[in-house]
Amino acid sequence: MPKILRVNMTDRSYAIEDLPEKYKLLAGRGLTSTIIHDEVDPLCHPLGPNNKLILSPGYVTGTSAPTSARISVGAKSPLTGGIKEANAGSGFPPSLARMGIRAIIVEGQPEEKDEYWLMHLTWDSEVGQPSVEFLPADKYLGKNLYKVFPKLFKRFGKVNIAGIGVAGEFRYGNSGLVFDDTKGRPARYAGRGGLGAVMGSKGLKFIILDSDGAPGVEMADKELFNQGRKKVTAALMEHDITKPKGALNTYGTAVLINILNEAGGLPTRNFSSGRFEGAAKIAGEAIFEGNKERLGKELYNHACSPGCIIQCSNTWHKEDGTELVSCQEYESIWSFGANCGIDDLDVTGELIRLCNAYGLDTIEMGTTMAVAMEGGLADFGDGEAAIDLLRQVGKGTPVGRILGAGTATTAKVLGVTRAPVVKGQSMPAYEPRAVKGIGMVYATGTMGADHTQGYTICPEILGVSGKVDQFDRDKADLARGFLEATAFIDSCGHCLFIAFAILDIASGFEGVVEECNGVLGTDWTMDDVGRIGKEILAKERAFNEAAGITKKDDRMPEFMKMETLPPHDVTWDIPDETLDAVWES
Amino acid sequence: MITVQVKLFATLRQHRPGLGIGERFPVELPDGASVRDLTRQLELPEEQVKLIFVNGLFQDLEHGLADGDEIGIFPPVGGG
Repeated sequence: MPKILRVNMTDRSYAIEDLPEKYKLLAGRGLTSTIIHDEVDPLCHPLGPNNKLILSPGYVTGTSAPTSARISVGAKSPLTGGIKEANAGSGFPPSLARMGIRAIIVEGQPEEKDEYWLMHLTWDSEVGQPSVEFLPADKYLGKNLYKVFPKLFKRFGKVNIAGIGVAGEFRYGNSGLVFDDTKGRPARYAGRGGLGAVMGSKGLKFIILDSDGAPGVEMADKELFNQGRKKVTAALMEHDITKPKGALNTYGTAVLINILNEAGGLPTRNFSSGRFEGAAKIAGEAIFEGNKERLGKELYNHACSPGCIIQCSNTWHKEDGTELVSCQEYESIWSFGANCGIDDLDVTGELIRLCNAYGLDTIEMGTTMAVAMEGGLADFGDGEAAIDLLRQVGKGTPVGRILGAGTATTAKVLGVTRAPVVKGQSMPAYEPRAVKGIGMVYATGTMGADHTQGYTICPEILGVSGKVDQFDRDKADLARGFLEATAFIDSCGHCLFIAFAILDIASGFEGVVEECNGVLGTDWTMDDVGRIGKEILAKERAFNEAAGITKKDDRMPEFMKMETLPPHDVTWDIPDETLDAVWES
Repeated sequence: MITVQVKLFATLRQHRPGLGIGERFPVELPDGASVRDLTRQLELPEEQVKLIFVNGLFQDLEHGLADGDEIGIFPPVGGG
């Protein structure tokens, strides 16, 4: 029977509870959001003792399902003041799932603010259940995660890690939870919403996970699971975007830079234009060719987590052929690149490396940097100044502390009206004035501005699951459909990128449902996908409403209604009633 | 005759060796030519022509081109 590991950081006690009957069919985001809904006071301070940090792998995580090593991390967000789910791929989620742990709930808070602990989670073969030991974490505080991770591997052996960097220690709104990638780098993040600060507020620096001896994921119907797994695998191997040496494996997620630029939807210089003249220099194609030139051979991308077929994670190399950073994702290159007017992959790479070293969300940090530039702390395009400002965030200088607090706070401090945020969280790399559906998702979603909660870019830009006009304003149904389907995918344990294949190849989507049925013993059909998504969103919206977030917060920043965006000279012109129709129809 | 400016992205650049990333090149076409005529003249495999932007707007293969148009062509791509 799956378990919940409940950890109290006030006295560092823990309990291993049977998964309650009512949670039997929940995992991933469905479970993190349900526990927050059921157990967390919506009015609690996100960094106080009454908030809870919850980690939950998906239904099929830890099985042989392809591209399924994902974990949901949830809490009340210090950035948005609402519910939050951030998602990461790593070896950590499957290891946790193989221990039979459906969720870790971290609650309470040490009395001393500067008290930090490391939680060593192992499998006790004698009693056949997980075992927890708390160890002091003082010697890892204030340090670069690239220096700390090798020490942890040396001390604990073959383990997986979830944790925080200095950003979480400083309680930054820009902080994320870091997880180890396949080479042990501190490079995979549940980045958004300031969840690193929540973990820091619990006095929990790292969870060190050693699943050696763990029994594996229980399965109700292995044959059905395998049938589904084969369908998902076939879809991923066949689709042009997800197949080996396909677009994602060759060029990485940054293949999107040129396409959003062509479409006039690449936010540039703090959302003042939809096109960046330096786009070609920071695109996925430039990474592929830059690596080829510096290494003398073609380099295809690697898996961020075990068992991934898509393998979209890149590594950027310095001129001398040594590694600078993994990974330069589309969102990260955009936030520090086009959005800061920087057209140099060595500079974006260094900024991303520093974010990994400090434990920062690259999206929120890059959009904060752009607001800082607009506010006069540096010139757009000045990479050296950006690196200096980011180092201040890592050191915790007064300016650094302000920038670490996030895009909305920085805009307020600097008197910048062009603050591209919804519910306190910054927008990612798609201009909503030029791509209306994703703007509706930013505005109405439960997470604040976030593309991963409903990736309407598939039909609006990429021609996946059909093609709709990016400027069409009648998209309440489109936004709702993507929000619901995504809440399900975030629960199943697969990476969201499987959507590229399964939205076009119906048997792939059927396969996902069959995998879930195989694990859980359910008889879900495709119709249940929407139902489950709806139920998750209803709980998230109920929590947000009780936390004081209403439909007046489902709105875009005023400047987007007033300022026209080049090159298409468009404003945000979706009526509020259309936004409300996402939930009210 | 009309002259249009063309950009090829991702794997499509292989069909024009030496073309820089984001580099545009002029193509002469007969009056009334469509995007399909352009892709045939450039010998691009049709199944690899997934997304076509003409002056920043998404168009299909039947779209008629005009003198001075700027065209960006992509194979199937995705990311996020």
